Amino acid sequence: MTNTIIHMEGIKKHFGNVIALNGVTFDVSSGECHCLLGDNGAGKSTFIKTMSGVHKPTEGTITFEGKPLSFSSPRDAMEAGIATVFQDLAMIPLMSVTRNFFMGREPTKGRGLLKRFDVDAANEICMEEMRKMGINLRAPDQAVGTLSGGERQTVAIARAVYFGAKVLILDEPTSALGVRQTSNVLSTIDRVRGQGIGVVFISHNVRHAMAVGDRFTVLNRGQTLGTAKKDEITSAELQDLMAGGQELAKLEGSLGGTI
Amino acid sequence: MTSNAESTSDERVKSESLVTKFMKRPELGAMGGVILVTIFFYMTADSTMFTLSGTMNFMTPAAQLGILGIAAAMLMIGGEFDLSIGSMIAFAGMIFGVLTVNFGLPLILAIPLTLGAAASVGAVNGTIVIRTGLPSFIVTLAGLFILRGVSLVGLKLFSGGSTQLRGVRDALEGDPLIEIFSGDAFESLFSYLASIGMVETFKNGASKVPGIPVEILWFILLAAVATYVLLRTPVGNWIFATGGDSNAASNSGVPVKKVKISLFMLTAMAAALVAIITVIDAGSTDARRGFMKEFEAIITAVIGGCLLTGGYGSAIGAFFGAIIFGMVTIGLTYTNFDQDWFQVFLGGMLLLAVVFNNVIRKRVTGEH
Ligand SMILES: Nc1ncnc2c1ncn2[C@@H]1O[C@H](COP(=O)(O)OP(=O)(O)OP(=O)(O)O)[C@@H](O)[C@H]1O
Ligand SMILES: [Mg+2]
Repeated sequence: MTNTIIHMEGIKKHFGNVIALNGVTFDVSSGECHCLLGDNGAGKSTFIKTMSGVHKPTEGTITFEGKPLSFSSPRDAMEAGIATVFQDLAMIPLMSVTRNFFMGREPTKGRGLLKRFDVDAANEICMEEMRKMGINLRAPDQAVGTLSGGERQTVAIARAVYFGAKVLILDEPTSALGVRQTSNVLSTIDRVRGQGIGVVFISHNVRHAMAVGDRFTVLNRGQTLGTAKKDEITSAELQDLMAGGQELAKLEGSLGGTI
Repeated sequence: MTSNAESTSDERVKSESLVTKFMKRPELGAMGGVILVTIFFYMTADSTMFTLSGTMNFMTPAAQLGILGIAAAMLMIGGEFDLSIGSMIAFAGMIFGVLTVNFGLPLILAIPLTLGAAASVGAVNGTIVIRTGLPSFIVTLAGLFILRGVSLVGLKLFSGGSTQLRGVRDALEGDPLIEIFSGDAFESLFSYLASIGMVETFKNGASKVPGIPVEILWFILLAAVATYVLLRTPVGNWIFATGGDSNAASNSGVPVKKVKISLFMLTAMAAALVAIITVIDAGSTDARRGFMKEFEAIITAVIGGCLLTGGYGSAIGAFFGAIIFGMVTIGLTYTNFDQDWFQVFLGGMLLLAVVFNNVIRKRVTGEH
């Protein structure tokens, strides 16, 4: 029943003389959660940015729903139904929660010259979506700058979930979240997957990845180390792969298996 | 401990009164400033300052500056500056003068052509800023000199060696559009009000104020439209987002480049509008037109609550900022103070506004 939404083949990305990605192949099917794992600097964020239209790959092809495609801006990717929670969240502290939530995709009412930002509808949707994620906003016109780090992350996630029609990309969405919000995010991933959306989930936390992932791809220094299905791999093996193998095995001895 | 996730109220917020809500608005400082300046002149100036004709006296320069200031405020909210708008007034004035005097074009052609020329220069400014990633401050500083120089050379060329081009009024005699860009509006209303004694009259019974100078109407219209766009349209949201963090905005699907280029075009066209109105009014144009106006426009925007770092501010604030400016410039002539205190006053206001805005910003973002 695999129904591939987006397929990325041999993606390379160079920043000047820095080779951030050196041939990464990756795909997401509808109704699955594909986890992308790897150490700091492995190239995970760079890779998902080529998927969400922020970066143009130096080399490689993107196939979206069977057709070759090249996104020339994040707006293109969004219009295709790809929503992303970026690691830096893409939030504007001086703007209100609602204005951030709908940034670039404001709901409108009226026609022609009278076409305007439907602030009331926007406020209502925003409050409601945040409530679903377990956060009660004080007011929708509260500036994002006054939110806690985790609350900001939740706004970014709620926004992506709301707009992610086909593919939802989450770059370390749970790094600043508390227990309740983390389980909320994980169950949200499960929920949207059930709706047939393909989820790309980046995390350093193997336990979180194992909890929701269907497939796991490990990146190391810009290259794919391989992809495994959920029942083909244990969390200890994933852990090892992420760290590039042997070093962690040595560390593990001295730390007594606590990582 | 109980979870409050389902309840709709949060016990961790004190309810916010309308007053504290208002305290977070960017235009607060400028409105307070208008009140303070009014009180100051009420106590020190001749009482004729606040009569109808006195009000028109300070509102006219306020409006001319305000048209620029509102556009500059929108650009500043979008995260950029335009130092070339003062010189743009001279440049657009030259284009307009040449089109009407040398080519004899009617307003229906001369105005769109002048606005179009200005908009193209704005688009070039914007494109250079975006392509190079250089600060707009430095790119438009170059524009400040280039446009001033081009205006000088152009005027000499078309006027036969002088830096002034006369005869605009004669060239436009009887043009049907002239009423929209020069003179006074609502003249019949004012003469009616004079006839029933509602407004001050001269001895012969004519109203002392013939009507509302058109620039004041343009100023009010622009403030209203700009406020509406900023607060109630998607484009307004894009402008705030672009100035707040252009990278985050772009990643969220805001067409940042288009927004910035459009704002540069807007400021240039605002300068051209001021040029058209003032050139028709004076009947001539010269190369010194708009001198230092870029700084005055930026000061207006800052007094109006715009942050120099972008992403925050208001058009209505710039509206009040311009009124403060007009009141201080003209108001001093109604007092016994030396008029040259003006610049001291201005610098002081600017400093106060910047400090005040900084406090407001911290309050909005919750920093301490
Ligand atoms: N715009 C850029 N210019 C130059 N180098 C870059 C740029 N973006 C990323 N890199 C480099 O590419 C490499 C991969 O970075 P990336 O952010 O994709 O890592 P990551 O796997 O997301 O790491 P983390 O887990 O810390 O988020 C890094 O070495 C980084 O320095
Ligand atoms: Mg990353």
